[in-house]
Amino acid sequence: MPIVKFEKQNWETGLNKLRRAYRLCGPVEDKGFHYFKDLGEAELPDFGCLNTRLSAKGIVYPQSEDMFEYSLDETLDDHHVMKDVQKDYSPRIVLGIRPCDAKAVKLVKLNFDTADYKDPYWLRAWEATTFVGLACDNPCSACFCTTAGCGPYHEEGLDVLLVDNDDHYMARVLTEKGIRFIETAGWDTTGVDGASLIEERRAAAEAKIVSHVSTDRLRGADTMTLHAAGIWEDISFSCINCGTCTFVCPTCWCFDIQDEVHGKQGKRTRNWDSCMFPIFTVHTTGHNPRGSQLQRVRQRFMHKLKYFVDKYDQGIMCVGCGRCVSQCPVNIDIRRVCELMNDLPAPDACAAQE
Amino acid sequence: MSEYTESIREIAKRLLETCSVEMIIGFRKGTVPMMNEPHVIRNARDTGDLVWDSNCGINLANYLTDRKENIGILAKGCDSRNIVTHILENKIKREQLVIIGVPCKGMIDKRKITRMFNGEILEVLEDNGQILIRGNGFDTRLDKADVLQENCALCTHRNPVIYDELAAELVGEQEDIDRYEDVRKLEAMTTEEKWAYFDDLLKECIRCYACKNACPLCYCPTCFVDESKPQWVGKSQDAIDIRTFHFLRAFHCAGRCTDCGACQRACPVGINMRVFTKKLEKDCLDLFDWEAGMSLESRPPLDVYRPDDPDKFIK
Repeated sequence: MPIVKFEKQNWETGLNKLRRAYRLCGPVEDKGFHYFKDLGEAELPDFGCLNTRLSAKGIVYPQSEDMFEYSLDETLDDHHVMKDVQKDYSPRIVLGIRPCDAKAVKLVKLNFDTADYKDPYWLRAWEATTFVGLACDNPCSACFCTTAGCGPYHEEGLDVLLVDNDDHYMARVLTEKGIRFIETAGWDTTGVDGASLIEERRAAAEAKIVSHVSTDRLRGADTMTLHAAGIWEDISFSCINCGTCTFVCPTCWCFDIQDEVHGKQGKRTRNWDSCMFPIFTVHTTGHNPRGSQLQRVRQRFMHKLKYFVDKYDQGIMCVGCGRCVSQCPVNIDIRRVCELMNDLPAPDACAAQE
Repeated sequence: MSEYTESIREIAKRLLETCSVEMIIGFRKGTVPMMNEPHVIRNARDTGDLVWDSNCGINLANYLTDRKENIGILAKGCDSRNIVTHILENKIKREQLVIIGVPCKGMIDKRKITRMFNGEILEVLEDNGQILIRGNGFDTRLDKADVLQENCALCTHRNPVIYDELAAELVGEQEDIDRYEDVRKLEAMTTEEKWAYFDDLLKECIRCYACKNACPLCYCPTCFVDESKPQWVGKSQDAIDIRTFHFLRAFHCAGRCTDCGACQRACPVGINMRVFTKKLEKDCLDLFDWEAGMSLESRPPLDVYRPDDPDKFIK
């Protein structure tokens, strides 16, 4: 795919042209931290941000999303009929998404876009969105993307990868959507020779990643051995069962569906859910198959680092963004857990020793 | 306070070796700057994992609820007051506990420090009342007094109120502290101003419930936010439901909150929900001359009747 180049002095002009055809979304700062939001008239994305506090997951998959609305008023002909909620699926651009968050969108798609089930809300929002990534030249110390199947210049899930280069951006255009983005902005679409520069910059950025995980033995590990391992009490002791790790995670996809009725007007909404919450698995009988904190913590790490690995054969369900590491209120660290799980001997090895 | 670590390890080792307790609840060194992890030690040979410094702000009383073991637990002033509250509320028995008191000089505010620098902070150390901060493009010292968590800066009970062992000499208590300046400002607001203030305060809430789950007072088997029959509160990002959660949670803490700050510290988006609990704390002080968790001898104001109750409706 071609590499194009445009001057930063043309950035704002280009964005203003894009605003006529797209909704723009990007990172902005508030009270010292960054988050993604729809950009207002003349509002610019803040590319000085290391990374946003919450991931970009919510752009395609909002924390609360109305699906249907209905009326319980029996004087109306269409009472008790579920109707689609009208939503804006017009073209949209996410500016400055980090490669980790973009790769995560691709992993989340495995859940929302399968041969059997196609989630209409997630897919329509995803199809409407152009992902314009910003390569990561200053990864954080808690980032471990290069050993989590990703990297600061990773391209999966992106339509364009922007590389900040002094007074201009180099843009690696990766898809048709990406070409339309450059064209609509009015930037020069002539290909330039930037491959070696981007390659050098990629190597330099990857060398700055100081944090790593080992995942090579997870796929071969015996599931029940991992499940029954003695590591979980130590790992789970401090967990307070909040949803921070799952809500800040770009790859956690679980949701809960709720009906809410006010007077005679109702709506059906889906909200992010968290396997850390005790109520997540409560049956209607009252029985909870994951009633203990240890079981819930084990579930989260087994899903990300074992069940997902086995089911999809696409690596771990983690892109190494480091958000759960830096935001867990009690410092439970997935890097440490991953090492513990990866280091457990396979049952064959135990048998061989006997 | 890092100088406490050695003495804490010695006490923990002795308690485990003499079988005085089955486990020690303390902290181990964190994997990121300004964080330590609540940790349990069951074997005397592991006591070297225990640490103490100005990043032990999580309230360890939270880890005692309904435990059956004999437990050694580290307790700074606020933890000890929540241990008292736990004992009064029958969530743990006094005789199960060996309380290792930790006279506290305050915890540092990781969010405040993070905001002070443009680049990422890579290492934070402490040295005799100073905090050493190294990061991308800076290497500096700050006075710890300037970067304390707000609740610690306003703390008047740094020493444990109940203990069996002491990790260090008791420290002087802070005097002439005006604990309620923020509450008075809030009380002086008009209804509209309060509404706007709460709106801004809570707008970033993601309903992860880290605040209530880090709180030692929140131990209900099923929290009201999780009840479904009836469902007291909606589960979406609706602003009214978010307010309902925070207001109700705060009221459940009335007369019990010690302003340990674990809720605000735990919040991933840094909401100061302590303004709610502090208002109730001030009310309890004004109406009942009550400070939570100070003694095993007196019952909390909301579970006793007194003939001199200031409210008329109850007489």
